Amino acid sequence: MKISHKLVLHFPPRIVEQPVINNLIKNYDLSFNILKASIIPNQEGYVVLELSGEQDKYDAGIEYITSAGVKIESLSRSVLRNDERCTGCGACVSVCPSRSFIVEPQTRLVSFDNNRCVACGLCIKACPPRAMEFHF
Amino acid sequence: MAKTIEEINEKIKQGKAVIATAEEIIGIARDKGMSCAAREVDVVTTGTFGPMCSSGAYFNLGHAKPRIKLGGGKATLNDVQAYTGYAAADLLIGANALPDDDPRNRVRPGEFNYGGGHVIEELVAGRDVRLVASAYGTDCYPRKNLDTLININDLNEAVLFNPRNAYQNYNVAVNSSEKMLYTYMGILKPRFANANYCSAGQLSPLLNDPYLKTIGIGTRIFLGGGIGYVVWNGTQHNPEVTRSDNGVPKRGASTLAVIGDLKQMCPRWLRGVSMLGYGATLAVGIGVPIPILSDEILNYTLVSDSDILAPVVDYSSTFPQREPEVLAEVSYADLKSGSFKLNGKDVATASLSSYSRAAEIAVTLKEWLQQGKFLLTQPVKPLPSIGDSIVSKVLNERS
Repeated sequence: MKISHKLVLHFPPRIVEQPVINNLIKNYDLSFNILKASIIPNQEGYVVLELSGEQDKYDAGIEYITSAGVKIESLSRSVLRNDERCTGCGACVSVCPSRSFIVEPQTRLVSFDNNRCVACGLCIKACPPRAMEFHF
Repeated sequence: MAKTIEEINEKIKQGKAVIATAEEIIGIARDKGMSCAAREVDVVTTGTFGPMCSSGAYFNLGHAKPRIKLGGGKATLNDVQAYTGYAAADLLIGANALPDDDPRNRVRPGEFNYGGGHVIEELVAGRDVRLVASAYGTDCYPRKNLDTLININDLNEAVLFNPRNAYQNYNVAVNSSEKMLYTYMGILKPRFANANYCSAGQLSPLLNDPYLKTIGIGTRIFLGGGIGYVVWNGTQHNPEVTRSDNGVPKRGASTLAVIGDLKQMCPRWLRGVSMLGYGATLAVGIGVPIPILSDEILNYTLVSDSDILAPVVDYSSTFPQREPEVLAEVSYADLKSGSFKLNGKDVATASLSSYSRAAEIAVTLKEWLQQGKFLLTQPVKPLPSIGDSIVSKVLNERS
């Protein structure tokens, strides 16, 4: 499965001059699109990029740059539901601006459509049993 | 046609009792007719699962060596304040209790992520809870400090005792103001943008027996996943409210005080919950069996969401100022449709009470009855009803 994520890579001074991104692209068959970057020799640098590729290669590539000393932050966060904590009350339904929660009319079970979710996080604090969580 | 509780219990023991949930009975009576349904069906099961703030539990810890007198001292469970006004080894915790270091609403809206309801959930889940206590020391109880883990399995008694649960109908909360409100009825957006309600409607125990003809002191119930009992009317119990022609109250009316052994309950049905900007509390699962003793009692259980009206109340002014104004009445059928019209404007609805879990309780209770695991009880005393001179009082402040 091909995936794509927007990441912020922080380069500490000691590796700013190493070809980390070149290795990442060449050895892990990933493609990238640099959105923003600032790298000055012997100083800290950062790159904001969108990195895409097959899931297993992506994971291996992330492991490589992490072990090389690059600190990674995700630009995208997603909201997940902890189904064990959810009681299906539906308090989330009217606070969600993107209508990601749907109450099934017959069973009154509340479904959460991750694809509609814009990760604003309003449901997280509104959920009485605290079943909604941010994941990065 | 008239049945007695003894006759129904005999059928339950033989596995011959016919049980229907409060949802199913509506269809059965429609298909077979009222009298036939009343003859055939022995028990209708109900259910509700929602935040019920007037809930709590008491424990006997067993005596420490050397002994410590908690009564009159101070105690916390996982940092949450417990009440120490009883004897040396007895402790009570309320669902709304908070840790001393919780910031409350210092930065609004406070999150209230952990409180008494969560402590009760953790105990029921079998997790260790930290008890820290201090006392003044006496000749017979010399100890002054205690810091230990406790577990529900090691307590002598652990009893859920809720002074007010299972409200018969409740307010629908809206907000007419220009600012967001954070209430015990959830987040209310400005200018009537949403409405929150909190009742299982047609499945709710007391809405299926509006005059409490079968529910009284001693009624055995599903409580928190185990077996419990009605011990009294709940606080604020008020049968003297306006009712529809079918007898169903159009306002919050009767309530139940319930009790049960916490050790046989489970965290699926006792869940610590947090109301943003308001506090921590406990969601409680309750199911009440209604014996179909007559056509009249069957008729009450046929109530459906479209027959039950709830009052729409403005939580920006009317509620906090204790004004009596009700903006409108709306049926649970309309509330469950996702929106209803208020002064010509569509208002989006959401529920704080879990209907899917309420249905699960009604089905569970039905299975217990079918398996002969649960027998009905004859109440030892009815709860106060219409004409019993119940007057809902307000606090008159004086000096």
